[in-house]
Amino acid sequence: MSKIEINNIYKIFGPTPGTVLENVKAGATKEEVLDQTGHTVGLDNVSISIEEGETFVCMGLSGSGKSTLIRHINRLIDPTDGEVFVSGQNVLDLSPEELLEFRKKNMSMVFQRFGLFPHKTVIENVAYGLEIQQIELEQRNKTAMDQIDAVGLSGFEDQYPSQLSGGMQQRVGLARALATNPEILLMDEAFSALDPLIRSDMQGQLIELQSQLKKTIVFITHDLDESLKLGDHIGILNGGRLVQVGTPEEILLNPADDYVSSFVGDVNRARVLKARAVMTKKDDTHNGKEIAHRANENDTLEELLPIILGTRSLIEVVDNSGNPLGYISDREASRLLSKS
Amino acid sequence: MKKIPQSVYYAIFTGLFGWLLVVSFNSSKRKPDSVGELFTDLSWLNNWPKWLDTPLMKWINDGWKVFIAEYGLIFDAIGYGLLRGYTELKQIIVQAPWPVVIIAVIAITYFSSGRKVGTTVFVGICTFFIGFLNPRFWDKAIETTTMVVLGIAICVIIGIPIGIAMARNEKVRNAILPILDLMQVIPAFCYLIPGIILFGLGAIPAIISIFIYACPPLIRLTDLGIRLVDKEVIEAAESFGASRRQKLWGVQMPLALPNIMQGINQCTMMALAMVVIASMIGTRGLGDEVLLGLQQLNVGAAIEAGLAIVLLAIVLDRMTQAYGEKIQERNQPVKKK
Repeated sequence: MSKIEINNIYKIFGPTPGTVLENVKAGATKEEVLDQTGHTVGLDNVSISIEEGETFVCMGLSGSGKSTLIRHINRLIDPTDGEVFVSGQNVLDLSPEELLEFRKKNMSMVFQRFGLFPHKTVIENVAYGLEIQQIELEQRNKTAMDQIDAVGLSGFEDQYPSQLSGGMQQRVGLARALATNPEILLMDEAFSALDPLIRSDMQGQLIELQSQLKKTIVFITHDLDESLKLGDHIGILNGGRLVQVGTPEEILLNPADDYVSSFVGDVNRARVLKARAVMTKKDDTHNGKEIAHRANENDTLEELLPIILGTRSLIEVVDNSGNPLGYISDREASRLLSKS
Repeated sequence: MKKIPQSVYYAIFTGLFGWLLVVSFNSSKRKPDSVGELFTDLSWLNNWPKWLDTPLMKWINDGWKVFIAEYGLIFDAIGYGLLRGYTELKQIIVQAPWPVVIIAVIAITYFSSGRKVGTTVFVGICTFFIGFLNPRFWDKAIETTTMVVLGIAICVIIGIPIGIAMARNEKVRNAILPILDLMQVIPAFCYLIPGIILFGLGAIPAIISIFIYACPPLIRLTDLGIRLVDKEVIEAAESFGASRRQKLWGVQMPLALPNIMQGINQCTMMALAMVVIASMIGTRGLGDEVLLGLQQLNVGAAIEAGLAIVLLAIVLDRMTQAYGEKIQERNQPVKKK
């Protein structure tokens, strides 16, 4: 079973969601429901499964229900209908006490506007999760210091959040989330409030951390570039419905509908597409041809393009242990880079 | 749980109103001889008829008598306890030499304001001028301050928990809000007089009146302060598995503190206003001096006493306000970048 399984979640906001549920299940659109009953459909039959150790990015514009969705995983919001399983445990079956334990042990969350406690110093903020778990002061300060070091904020531990810049504040948020050593990290538009340079910096830092920690990360964003950069899988939400789920390559190369195509239209494909996705599989026709370069399967097309253009010959794609997987020529490159 | 339909409520209210009409009619001494007369002689539609009168006054008076007989002892006990506290606190301050009191005030202000010299000097001068205006005022100001302090203490002990309960529960808020409106709108004299009956003349009914008059803003600001805490910060606490209690004491209360301090500050100002009104029921203190001046048509004395009250207000205001500002500076909302 997957680490996180969300099955047929419906969330309807309004005074009597139960009465509207049948309507929505029968296929009424968000606008119709709002018009007829005054209820807002937050999520409409969303099912997702997220594997252990992967980064799942949930993308959509504001109002698409992505923040609502992520809050179902730690049950900050209760669904109107549906099931949520985390590590095989049905989250909706938990009693209030069990739910608190579940949140302490399993996951932590990073927020768009950081959600730091303004009356606590950086180290107190980072140690908050441990404080809730009633771990002794000395122990939790030690753990917190390690995390502060890990995000590069040593020396700032006794400052208050309002004394730090936005990027530093979000690193405090990240350190706080990691301090409890959770299996799952929920990141709600974690980098959206940062300016572009710091944002890409933080993305890099997250990728680096993730390569060591192998957490299960659920990342919410409205920025397609960000989702393509971070996500192992991407789910695209529109108006509370899940439009498409897939790897970055699948989303780029086979958009499910006009909504997704309009999104991916402006993306720099060369930067996103990995050699693995571009290559033609290894077969006999390639035997004996000249090979100009050997590329790792995770290299992006952008890195390979100069070589392809320069040599006009084949590039061999190999996996991490050096076994050949396939080949790229200028033909493959030009086919995938041309828009539709 | 099944929801009670709205129509049931309407039926209950209509029934209650009908019952009230019948009771009013039957208990009135000036009702017409028979109900039938109402339909033949329509003159009652002209002026408000004498029999259309709820017997609320009679009910309250009857209830009041029973209340005094049954529970009077409890109020005696409360009054006695308060009086002991009041007298002893007053004695301590009155017996202390006046320079010691001024130095104490200066010291408290200095530390509560976070070592601001300007505020401290200003408060010191104001304190000095209370006695400087008229030597008689010094002990009276201490009496007044003691009453105000005790009144605020009761407000804090009772008001803040009520405010917390309101912030945490919608139903409690809906139940308490009209009571707060009542407490704020009802004229002070309406509860000053019952206060005398329950607690006797003097400082105690004044302290109780201070509570009724000054507590609502504290309750409201506590409630507001807790509800205004950034939702994302609350979610952050929840996402780490904080229980309701951990959330309240670790996050909501510290962040609501500037608002609560503002509430205590408001409470102080209103308490001072009430002390003056309470002088009408024989409460001593600075208000007594104002009343005395007015009764003797001695404008100078009245204004002098009024000024002393203003000075006392400034001193108390600065002391509570400065502490609130100190917390607020640290609690600045997280800067958005």
